Amino acid sequence: MATGPSPWVTSFDYEEKDLKVIGKNPADRSDALEKVTGRARFAADYNLPGQLVGCVLRSPHAHARVLSIDTSAAESLPGVKAVVTRDDFPDLQSEVAAAGELMVNYRDVTRNIMAREKVFYDGHAVAAVAATDRRTAKQALKLIRVDYDVLPHVIDVVEAMQPDAPLLHENQFTAGITPKPDRPSNIATQMTSKLGDVVTGFKQADLVIEREFNTKPIHQGYIEPHACVANYTSGGGGSAEVWASTQGHFVFQAQIAKVLQMDISKVRVNPAELGGGFGGKNTVYLEPLAVLLSKKSGAPVKMKMDRNEVLRATGPTSGTNTKVKIGVTKDGKITAAQAELNYQSGAFPGSALALATMTVFTRYDLKNVLVVGHDVTCNRPKVAAYRAPGAPMIAFAVESVMDELAEGLGMDPIDLRLLNAASEGTKTHMGGTLDRIGYVETLEAAKAHEHLKTPLGPNQGRGIATGYWFTLGNETSGTLNISTDGTAAFIYGTVDVAGGSRTVFAQMIAEELGIALDKVRVIQSDTSSLGFNFTTAGSRGTAAGGTVAVKTCRDAIVRMCEIAARIWDVDVEQVSWKDGHAVPAGANVGEFEPLSVADLAKQASWYGGTIAGHAELNVAGGGPGFGAHLVDVEVDRETGAVKVLRYSIIQDAGKAVFPDYVKAQFHGGAVQGIGMALNEEYIYNDKGIMENAGFLDYRIPVASDVPFIDTTIVEVPSPNHPYGVRGIGEVPIIPPLAAISNAIYDAVGVRMRDHPMSPPKVLKALSGT
Amino acid sequence: MNNTQYKAPASVEKAIELFSGAEIGGKLLAGGTDLLVQMHSDMIAPALLIDLKKIPQLRAIEKEADGYRIGAAVSGVELMNHTGFCTTWPGVMDGVKLIGSLQVKGRASVGGNICNASPAADSVPPMIAAGALATVVGPDGARIVPVEDIGVAPGRNSLQQGEIVVSFLLPNQLAGSGGAYQRFTPRTEMDIAVVGVAVNLTLDKAGICSHARVAVGAVAEKVLLVKQAGDALIGTRVQDDATDNLVTAVRAACRPIDDKRGTREFRVQVAGVLARRVVATALERAKGSGQNP
Repeated sequence: MATGPSPWVTSFDYEEKDLKVIGKNPADRSDALEKVTGRARFAADYNLPGQLVGCVLRSPHAHARVLSIDTSAAESLPGVKAVVTRDDFPDLQSEVAAAGELMVNYRDVTRNIMAREKVFYDGHAVAAVAATDRRTAKQALKLIRVDYDVLPHVIDVVEAMQPDAPLLHENQFTAGITPKPDRPSNIATQMTSKLGDVVTGFKQADLVIEREFNTKPIHQGYIEPHACVANYTSGGGGSAEVWASTQGHFVFQAQIAKVLQMDISKVRVNPAELGGGFGGKNTVYLEPLAVLLSKKSGAPVKMKMDRNEVLRATGPTSGTNTKVKIGVTKDGKITAAQAELNYQSGAFPGSALALATMTVFTRYDLKNVLVVGHDVTCNRPKVAAYRAPGAPMIAFAVESVMDELAEGLGMDPIDLRLLNAASEGTKTHMGGTLDRIGYVETLEAAKAHEHLKTPLGPNQGRGIATGYWFTLGNETSGTLNISTDGTAAFIYGTVDVAGGSRTVFAQMIAEELGIALDKVRVIQSDTSSLGFNFTTAGSRGTAAGGTVAVKTCRDAIVRMCEIAARIWDVDVEQVSWKDGHAVPAGANVGEFEPLSVADLAKQASWYGGTIAGHAELNVAGGGPGFGAHLVDVEVDRETGAVKVLRYSIIQDAGKAVFPDYVKAQFHGGAVQGIGMALNEEYIYNDKGIMENAGFLDYRIPVASDVPFIDTTIVEVPSPNHPYGVRGIGEVPIIPPLAAISNAIYDAVGVRMRDHPMSPPKVLKALSGT
Repeated sequence: MNNTQYKAPASVEKAIELFSGAEIGGKLLAGGTDLLVQMHSDMIAPALLIDLKKIPQLRAIEKEADGYRIGAAVSGVELMNHTGFCTTWPGVMDGVKLIGSLQVKGRASVGGNICNASPAADSVPPMIAAGALATVVGPDGARIVPVEDIGVAPGRNSLQQGEIVVSFLLPNQLAGSGGAYQRFTPRTEMDIAVVGVAVNLTLDKAGICSHARVAVGAVAEKVLLVKQAGDALIGTRVQDDATDNLVTAVRAACRPIDDKRGTREFRVQVAGVLARRVVATALERAKGSGQNP
């Protein structure tokens, strides 16, 4: 069969049409019952006969050279079946690979999962043990002797950038500077994003405001700790099967294979139901250790972290130091915008700096922009993506400065944003121009919101902030099988990271095929049943996964039209598809009753065989999303406590396939942002040891900390998605820090520029006024 | 391997016998909301758990001639469901209701809260302010210990080898008494007090304060009974000057540390703020409590 070359990337044009299923709230969500009854199987719920328990020995030091590791006593403890250390892992050279919104370097991945020359943070893995039970494994850990040469450490990003700071990597010379610096530095990379000329731009300004902001590192706080079960079999040259808590089983497959130097095809990863990831489950931690322990012991190995390990050793976001300077004319037009971003990357380079640098000002139509960013290594866990990686911190800075500018100009803060809003055709400082977007519509909906009319009491204030995030596309595949009874099963290869994918894919398939929603089943694939799927990251689940779901339907429809043609004995060109039926393409084709999916499926076996649809697409990125948040707070002037009284989210979803679930995503993002704004932070002691490695003292909000959150879904369809979908999961975590900071200022007149805006900090700021 | 044994004796005598068996590292289990968490996080690995919940005396809430007696293993929810106790001791209940979540309170006991000896325990300041007396029984017999003398330092109490707290007596109060407790936490619940202040006071018929006890949590190695703070109120109508003196006395007594839960400066400042707020509530309750015994 002659076919043309496959396209580099694929997108489908948005089509305006009457929708029967999409946009309505389904009566039941396919995964909900299992979750609320406790029957959903998360990674730690999988068990294999004869499995061992694996535990990890972790560094008690923030920075130390590992002189020697003696595992002999542990190995001779009865019940211990395998011990692994750095000596069991091959060293890897520098090689960069995508792993979600952030990149990873395999040289560092192997050092992060198991320390080699040095330990770089409190909690860094130095050995792992598999034993017949947890207690034996834990006892074995105590018998492992590690000799450390403890080195000076550095946590804070600004301190780490100083020339005399303790150095993590002796061979790290700042990239992005010419000529190459003559001495190594904790600054791994310097990055620049530029548009126009800021010097000229600032000269045109009547009002220029420049401020400095600091944020502490934050953890994703997923409820489910990392867990996996691995089974290595030596037959056939060695293969491994892994059940894991992951956002990207194909990426895990590749990472496990690389770290253990196996063939990718011989590693099979089964993604379990995911108990939250938010970007933190895009890279391996336990999985290669479990596979190797299984290989050494000859038995399956189960590993799970406790919360202490999750907080000490898995990916938080960067702590940051940022400086933002914006100039405006007296009429409020921005003439120039400049930012310096200093982002912690943790033990190894590779923070969200690149994303932050590209997106600092992207919701505004600017002529002159200069952004300079630094990616800085320090003695903390290697940072991982966290929901709009890098964006909440920089929006904290930009949107706070915008608020000050509005005040300085005597302008309404929404009007200032409207005056400078990006729209279709706006050239961005990340390169390229924006397609049709809904920022203006979002701001106008915010301006019309009833929230703004509520009167405020004493010590109460109102803040607004906005955010922007893009939607990833990338490799995505799926298979649709039409059974002989006309029902459909869709096998998807993204991961249902937020619990909505299964339902929204079913909605799109029901819409495309013209069958009832309850006749569609959506099933998670493992890595052996589909072509490569990129990690579910960058808000791409519904957008990219949905594009593939639609493509598989259209593929199956072609097949069904062929079957109808054979049944009617006409040419395939004489059959078209309308409202879920094969119909004659014109009056001259003949008198035929329309054939439904069920009719065609029933007869398929005699007229051409199995009906299925496939898609292996490199999906083009979906449309960017924009959101505006309105918040009212009350500040207790005597204790510094900030209470969130009212919260409203207005966001462009492109098209809300499952509106209640879109709202739930808005809620979830905002609540994480509120937690980040008010109380969440890593606290280190003077030895660089994390002091609050548990949910008692790492204070994510509880339900009673937040009011019911009002949501407004704006729908400006993305032109590049068949149903107009935009990514929605990440935008809502971006504005809360700035919105709350602006509200605190409105309430009590202090500008909070150091995160978190916790009671001691607010009280201190108030006592200074 | 050292496996943990579990015993659930039905009498105080049997519990003491087990607990004083010196060769085994035994731990007393009431609600388990501290103990089991410590075990799960590998902080302790006791050889023996002695569950006290099967001992009737430790589970009883009784109105006696001298006051209310509550068993040391009575859970928070059992107290919350006891209308008589809640009406008489609203200040103690302020503290009990703040412990953990509803699920945690379904297990956690006031006895455990006190014996665990955390300076931040929420039920301890109001129990001290109430003048609660613990009945402690050990191999050498029974003794009565004021609650303020039980906690010594974080995780360390003053009980002797083999001793068990059996119950607490909250002595009768005069008419015109009222108590209250407030704490400061960054979160609304599921949190640990950064500072906590309890007041229990009595007004005579003329509206003059005749009795006042003030206890402050999370500002020292143990919950403090601040006598000077109570004295600042006695003999006054509990108005501006008196509450100012109370605030000064409370702040003067604080000797907190800087830690992950709060700074020294913040704790001292907020202790005073809470003291003023708590007195206002206690005063209101005292004025509305004419029917109290």
